Formats: sequence, structure tokens, C-alpha cells
Amino acid sequence: MQTLGEHKLPHFFNYPPYFTLQPVRETREKQIQVWKELILDYCRTQKVFIIGLEQDFPLFSNPAIERSLNHEAREAFLSALVLDGRAEWMDKSHRQCLILWHRIKDWADIILRFVNENGLEDSVMTIEEIRSGIESRGTDIHGMDRTVLMRALKLLENKGKLAIFKGTSTDDEGVKFSV
Amino acid sequence: MSGNWLLPAETTSSGRPVLQPAEVESSLQPSVDLVNEENPNLPIFKSGLLILTTYRLLWLPNPESTTSAPTSTAVAVPLAAITHIFQSKKSIKGMFASPRVRFQVSVTPDGKVQERGSKSIVITLVFRGKSDPDSFVVKLNEAWRGRAWVGAVSASGAGQSSTPAVLGDSGGSSSSNTGLALKMPVVGVSGILRKEQEMWESTDKSLQDAFQDLNALMTKAKDMVILAEKMRQKLLSSSNSQSNSTNDEETASKEEMQEWMLSVGIVSPVTKESAGALYHQELSRQLADFVKTPLERAGGIMNLIDIYCLFNRARGTELISPDDLLRACSLWDKFNVPVMLKKFESGVMVIQNKSHSDEEVFSRIRSLVQKPDAMKTGISATDAARTLGIAPAMAKEHLLAAESKGFLCRDVSPDGFRFYINIFQDIDPNDVYLVKEYGVYDAWNRAAIASR
Repeated sequence: MQTLGEHKLPHFFNYPPYFTLQPVRETREKQIQVWKELILDYCRTQKVFIIGLEQDFPLFSNPAIERSLNHEAREAFLSALVLDGRAEWMDKSHRQCLILWHRIKDWADIILRFVNENGLEDSVMTIEEIRSGIESRGTDIHGMDRTVLMRALKLLENKGKLAIFKGTSTDDEGVKFSV
Repeated sequence: MSGNWLLPAETTSSGRPVLQPAEVESSLQPSVDLVNEENPNLPIFKSGLLILTTYRLLWLPNPESTTSAPTSTAVAVPLAAITHIFQSKKSIKGMFASPRVRFQVSVTPDGKVQERGSKSIVITLVFRGKSDPDSFVVKLNEAWRGRAWVGAVSASGAGQSSTPAVLGDSGGSSSSNTGLALKMPVVGVSGILRKEQEMWESTDKSLQDAFQDLNALMTKAKDMVILAEKMRQKLLSSSNSQSNSTNDEETASKEEMQEWMLSVGIVSPVTKESAGALYHQELSRQLADFVKTPLERAGGIMNLIDIYCLFNRARGTELISPDDLLRACSLWDKFNVPVMLKKFESGVMVIQNKSHSDEEVFSRIRSLVQKPDAMKTGISATDAARTLGIAPAMAKEHLLAAESKGFLCRDVSPDGFRFYINIFQDIDPNDVYLVKEYGVYDAWNRAAIASR
């Protein structure tokens, strides 16, 4: 089986029509579905949060068969993810896409579990500590995208599970958990 | 007694008359009755299509009004048998009745129409349609006095005789041309070369004359066909006699030349002038007869544009417009012809045999794409065209049709446009890494792994 970095690729990655946006509706729907799964799976294992449409994204080309997705196809597959709520365009011109391989509420649950497991129920942490501290190492939270983290924390704040306080700079933005 | 006092006339399956070599249609008249005046007891040929050619008067039954096969009752009067054409008399009475044209033909003692018969009878044509009998009479007179059949008998005789006679014939004409000039003795290689030169010059001259203007070309049309026939004969004879010494290339070019010659001619194209209101109908029948051979060669299906080119090339000077062609094709629904017009979703229009089925093509494409090589690298329209024996443009239409049925997938890359068997349906969206141990995905996967 072919691999991309450490990511295993399915066999059909070598199927040339996989890289051409199919015009027949039924076939295209199936193709889009398969692409969505592969993109989410890849982003999850490689901890990718942002896909730039105009930048090289390893998944969007297969040098072995000399095929790559054109812009239209990339946008079609990412738009399908956006419709599913598994991605968001970061700008109006659809140049960058934020991939939510966990939905925001799933992220919030993961953070809560993290807090419980580490006994941080009443403590104070900076955002940077959560993303890159010792405690989060080995979890999905480690190295997660700041935008996604902030949105998950906001959701928890609205539920009264924590309070976000602003510091003098983004570096000392922090949260106080009150689970 | 039935209608066998007239000669039978052959017709094609689409109801067009079968013309003799070099016979040309000059006028078509709808709804004409043919009546034997001497013996009113004989059945009257009622309301049929009358065709005047340079050789014969043909009467064809009206295809809409008869249920029997049209071939059984089509009849002919050879113009050679006509002994007199009566001038039509203008009278007050004649203004209200259907116009009539009368002529005298010679018959055998038992009443059969024949050239140089001992007795004679009068035949009356009654024009019931909205036609112009006056111009018809003019044309009938023209054709009758033209005596085209006289030349035809000798021309066909020359065609049937052995090749040296044909060569001798052309040699004779060239020597008569140079009769006034100082005659050089035909000696040795230079003599042969000179003779050849003279022949080319006379050919060249007749070609130049022909292109002076279109009218001149029309009068020369018959000569041109004869010339083409002669050239074909010559090519045939030379390829036979020199088959040992000529190489393949020459033989191939000769065969090509022969093909051109053969495609020179529909001798009597249906024209607006000759057919009038019946134009599209007759054109439609002629087209149906014409497309049979090219269709067979092209595997039962052909692009409308290709047919247009072939048909007009065969017609020579009486070119038709694309619009006329389309109308002629769309009339096929009304006649019992073995071909049909078909429009693909992309807008491409084709002519195909009715027996030609899309299902069969589809199943052939199916077996083609499932070969291991095609699994791995896909097939292009050209590949499919080669295997199916059809034009690439047609093959592409069939591939696109198979794609729209979800059977094929496309691959567009700098390498071109290729089609693969559709494996998407076999991929499990919940587990993209799973390959089931059956189905096309598995088959494709095996082919792909085997090639690596």
C-alpha cells in the first residue's frame, strides 16, 4: 500500500479518474463522498487544520500516476465538506479552508475530558499552555489550531464551564476552568 | 390481361427507380395517370409518380396509396419506342379538365410496348397534381429527340468489351484530332511518349472545357463519367498485367484511384429542377439508397457531416445544402427505409442502420474496458474506434453515453482524455481502505498491482 508521509493511502489513490472531477451526477456524488473521507482522515492523522487551495497539498496530487486535482475539483471537494459542517472557508474568495476533523462541540468535549483527566478543574492556564504544554502532549489538543481552540473555548465559556480573560498580549490570554 | 403490356421497371428498396448506366432523370411529376387509349379494358395506372429520364418514361405507384410492394407494379416506356408526340390542343374544355399529354408508341402484334413494333397505340398521361405539363412536354421532346439511348448502347458495349478496345478507342480519337496536323510515325519510345502526351492533352482539354461554366459541365457530365470509367478500366488492366513488377505502394495508390473513380458517380442526382415539389421526398429516397455502402464500411453508423461530404461528392455538380440533407434525413421516418437519423445528447447527429443497436456497442465497450491493459491505462476514443471499427468521433459519443450510464469514468490529464471502468460504486465510503474481494474495484486493483 502506498503511503504519504506516515499516512497510509487507499488503493484507489492510483486510479486516474479519482483526480478528475466526474461530470455524471451519480458518479460525482460518490467521488465527492470518498474524497471527503480521505481528506478528513488525512488531516486527522497529520494534524492539518488549514488547506490552502493555491498551495501544494500532498493529498491533492499523486506523482506516481502524474495526476493532480485542478482548482475546480479542490473547491468542489472542500465545499462539500463545508456543507457537511466539517470545514469552513476562511475568506470570501475561498483561498483557504479550515478543516474541522473534530467538530467544534467535539473539540469542547475533548477539552473537558482533558481538564478532568489532568485535575485542572479549578486552575488557570494560558492558551499557549493548553496547545503546547506538557499536559496536552499525546492528545489531539497538542498543537491544535489556535482559531479552532478559541472557538471551542468560547463555546465552553457560553456554557459556563470556564472564563476567558484577556492579557496584555495574545501570549498571556488565559482561561480559568470552573467545571 | 394485366399491366404487362408495359416493360417492368426495377426500383430500390426505398422506392427509387434503378437507372441504367448514364441514364439521367430530367423531370418528376406527381399524381399522373397512365392510360392505354386503344384498349380501355386494360387497368389504368392511377395517380402515380411519373419520372422522365433520358432513356425512359417511368411510372411508379404512389407509395402512400398502395399497400403492396411498390416493386411489383413499377412500369416503364422506353423513349425509343415512342413514334410520335402529339401537340396538346388548347380548348375551352381543356381548361377545366386535368391537362393531358398524348403520345404514340410502337407495340408488338399482341400489344406489348416494344421498339420498332409493327403496330402502334396511343398512350395518354393525365396530370392530376399541380404540375406544369407544358414544360414536361418540352422536356419529353428534348429527351426523345436527344436519343441518349443510342449512344448508351455503344458506350456500354465498349465498357463490356476487352480493355484493348477501350484503349484503341481513345487512341482513335486522338489520331482523329491530329488528323489535320502532320502525322508523325509512331516509332520507339519517343513515339509512345508522344502518343501519351497527345492523350493527356486531349484529356486536359476536355477537363478545361468542362470547367468553362456549369452548363458546359452539365453537357459534358456524361463524357466525364465515361472518361472516369475508361481510366478505371485502364488502371485495372495495368495492375493486372504488371502485378508482378509493381510494388505494393503503387498498387495501393491505384486502388485508391479506383475508389475515387467509383465514388465519382450518382449519374442522375435528384435536383430541385427535375423533382420540383417532390424534391425532398425523392432526395430522401436517393440518400437512403446511397448511404448503404458507406454505412456498411463504417460499421453501421456515420456522422451526418461525413455523409454530407460523400453525398455531395457523388452528386458532382448538383450540390445540396446541409439544410436539404437534414430535411431529407428527417423524412426517413415516413418511408420504409433501413436507415435512420439519430441525435446524440451532445447534439451530434448520425445516420445509422436500423439494425445497428446501441446495446451491442455498449456490450463491446464493456468487454473492451475490462481487459487488464484497459483497466490499468484506460481507453481513449481512438482505441475504442479501432476496436469497434467506427469513426473516433462516433466512438467518443458511445463512450460518453456509457459514462452517463455510470459505467465509465473519465480521466482528463495532459496525456489526453481517457475512460476507465467506474470503480467508485465499489468503494465503501465508511471504510475507504477496504477492498472487497469481488467486483470491479477488486478487478481493477489486481490489474493495477500486477502492472507495478
